[in-house]
Amino acid sequence: MLKTFPKGGVHPPENKLSAQAAIEVFPIPPQVVIPIAQHIGAPSTILVKRGDMVKTGQIIAKTSGFVSANIHSSVSGKVTKIEDVVDSSGYKRPCVIIDTEGDEWEEGISRDPSLISSIALEPKEIIERVLEKGIVGMGGATFPSHIKLNVPSGKKAEYLIINGVECEPYLTSDHRVMLEQPEQLMVGIQIIMKALGVSKAIIGIENNKPDAIESLNKLAPSYPGVSVEALKVQYPQGGEKQLIKATINREVPSGGLPIDVGAVVHNVGTAIAIYEAVQKNKPLIERVVTVTGKSLAKPSNFLVRIGTPISSLIEAAGGLPEDTGKVINGGPMMGKALSNLDVPVTKGTSGVLIIRDEESGRKEIAPCIRCARCTHVCPMGLEPYLLMTVSKNSIWEKAEKNDIMDCIECGSCSYECPANRPLLDYIRLGKSKVSQIIRSRRQS
Amino acid sequence: MSKVLTISASPHSFGVDSTQKIMYGVVLALLPALAASIYYFGIGALIVTAAAVISSVGFEYLIQKYVMKVKPSISDGSAMVTGLLLAFNLPTNIPIGLVILGSLISIGVGKLSFGGIGQNPFNPALVGRVFLLISYPVQMTSWPKPIIGRMNYLDAETGATPLAVVKEGLKNGESFSSIDIPSYIDLFFGYLGGCAGEISAFAILIGGIYMLWKKIITWHIPLTVLGSMIFFSGLLYIINPEGFADPVFHLITGGAMLGAFFMATDMVSSPMSVKGQIIFAIGIGFLTIVIRVFGAYPEGVSFAILIMNAFVPLLNTYFKPKRFGEVKKNG
Repeated sequence: MLKTFPKGGVHPPENKLSAQAAIEVFPIPPQVVIPIAQHIGAPSTILVKRGDMVKTGQIIAKTSGFVSANIHSSVSGKVTKIEDVVDSSGYKRPCVIIDTEGDEWEEGISRDPSLISSIALEPKEIIERVLEKGIVGMGGATFPSHIKLNVPSGKKAEYLIINGVECEPYLTSDHRVMLEQPEQLMVGIQIIMKALGVSKAIIGIENNKPDAIESLNKLAPSYPGVSVEALKVQYPQGGEKQLIKATINREVPSGGLPIDVGAVVHNVGTAIAIYEAVQKNKPLIERVVTVTGKSLAKPSNFLVRIGTPISSLIEAAGGLPEDTGKVINGGPMMGKALSNLDVPVTKGTSGVLIIRDEESGRKEIAPCIRCARCTHVCPMGLEPYLLMTVSKNSIWEKAEKNDIMDCIECGSCSYECPANRPLLDYIRLGKSKVSQIIRSRRQS
Repeated sequence: MSKVLTISASPHSFGVDSTQKIMYGVVLALLPALAASIYYFGIGALIVTAAAVISSVGFEYLIQKYVMKVKPSISDGSAMVTGLLLAFNLPTNIPIGLVILGSLISIGVGKLSFGGIGQNPFNPALVGRVFLLISYPVQMTSWPKPIIGRMNYLDAETGATPLAVVKEGLKNGESFSSIDIPSYIDLFFGYLGGCAGEISAFAILIGGIYMLWKKIITWHIPLTVLGSMIFFSGLLYIINPEGFADPVFHLITGGAMLGAFFMATDMVSSPMSVKGQIIFAIGIGFLTIVIRVFGAYPEGVSFAILIMNAFVPLLNTYFKPKRFGEVKKNG
């Protein structure tokens, strides 16, 4: 029996259309738009000014707080503008705009593709390097990675869990990375293990990627402490708490962090970025992005420089289909709908999904028939029907008492509801109100 | 970019199930029991079922349109399910007028007076049935004999149900083994007097398995109801095998099967958490046996379900699902 998380979950159609499409290096665009808020936490402080010439890999904005990250130029050329531009969040945010001239790299970055397996840096140096090179979680959450490598005093890390689950339908960027860069991934894992001081690492991969499981299983014996765990396909297994439960059967306490149960979770893309930062001195300036959709001519996986407009990726994959109704930054379960396709690829862009018109809308909302399916599929053991009702009626104390803040917004409840009720919409509203209340209570 | 794109919050993908699909799935699951009913009771089963379904759907339409002044929702199939279940809980020789009255109570009082689908605390079909049972006890407790009266409707030859025979016999001091009842094989397939749709445990099981397979219901309520009935009747039977009926007899007679698979599992009037559902189902099994053995009526499934329906809000409040990463309060 394959392992999985025991409570809740759904299994939407997988639709991994681009699973067989090898990663293609995407051409460097004539202009990049680099947002300085690409991560969770404080936006970075801009170090360049209009007219400056920058090189590929040169730092252009530096971390501005504990939770923040450095940002590097993804091309060489001239800074033409620093202004507020609409990014994938839909809001205008400060961006550095660079007109490309050639591709001259910052000195000290190795572009030699050969594998370097021996790890010269000491744990402290590794963490510094990860911070310096602007590595953030590439699964989508974009949490600065160096923070997760620093085990807080009083806690002990026992397991490194590598997230190769890719439970979102359609997305294949992690899958391709595991297939095409398995050795870099393994060395990346060893680097993280060294930084954390752990002896065991588990790569969790869902069973719909048998080729990746097989190839990593073959490599694993040469990397002490690393093992591969094939997992049953079940959404949202890529959720940190669900993955920890599935692989090492420990439950992160409500309100707690993975480190509370001795676990640290990193995405496969992040592990490779860490490999490149530590072994090649390369900052996070490009990433693999899946561009996919049922009507798209050529579903693809591209290695893209940060700041490339999403519209050019769609063009390269065959152009925006006639029947497009919705374009999503990310997967169909947790991704964000885009209003503007010229927004740039950022460190957290794992995929661009194009949805047909007929699948874009929502169906008419019917009355709740109390079938309890939302309760059965909630991976956090919550009661979405109740949280929706109390949020709708502004009964915030009851929402808090019923653990609304534990919701991970996976959307399983809304997915499953036979009456098409917008459960997660109301739960998000409730969460934002309740977190305001909690904040103001702490202040007083 | 000239294209106007849809913007909405995640998720952007949805399952294919709908209220309608669930309701028509239940209708489909009820067909074997309907077939058994027609086989054993003939024309009466057809008349009663047709009258109940047509009047239930009709009342839902009329009340929603002219009294509540809302868009009628008969296409969701829930009124049809209520009509079928009401018919299945009536004897097949009951006058059409009473069937229509029962439908009015089920739909009007049991369902729409609370606001319609999803709002009713009690199972609407059982509200209608119990109303008729208390108001028209004579018509509601004359049971046509199976097979022989297929072509008769109001004038069908009647007799007591096995449950009533056993209850009467035990009251008169006879021992359980000496009471004359049909064989368990006959009872299992439905050769007994009783309500239209409740007689064939076999046909109901087929429908029940279909609903489990299609994930319309989960096993928790039906199996726990039956398990609870086996436990409590078994307890009595072990204490005194001559003074009480055995658990198998309880399962294959009366409304046990229909109640466990189709009435107690009504989504609207059953609890939301697994814990709540288990307690709800244990209560139904316990009360059924208590009413059957010690109560005034020979049959108690309907009352047991209605009583437990009343506990549902309480169960929903106090029996929550286990939270992921639950932290002990004050711990």
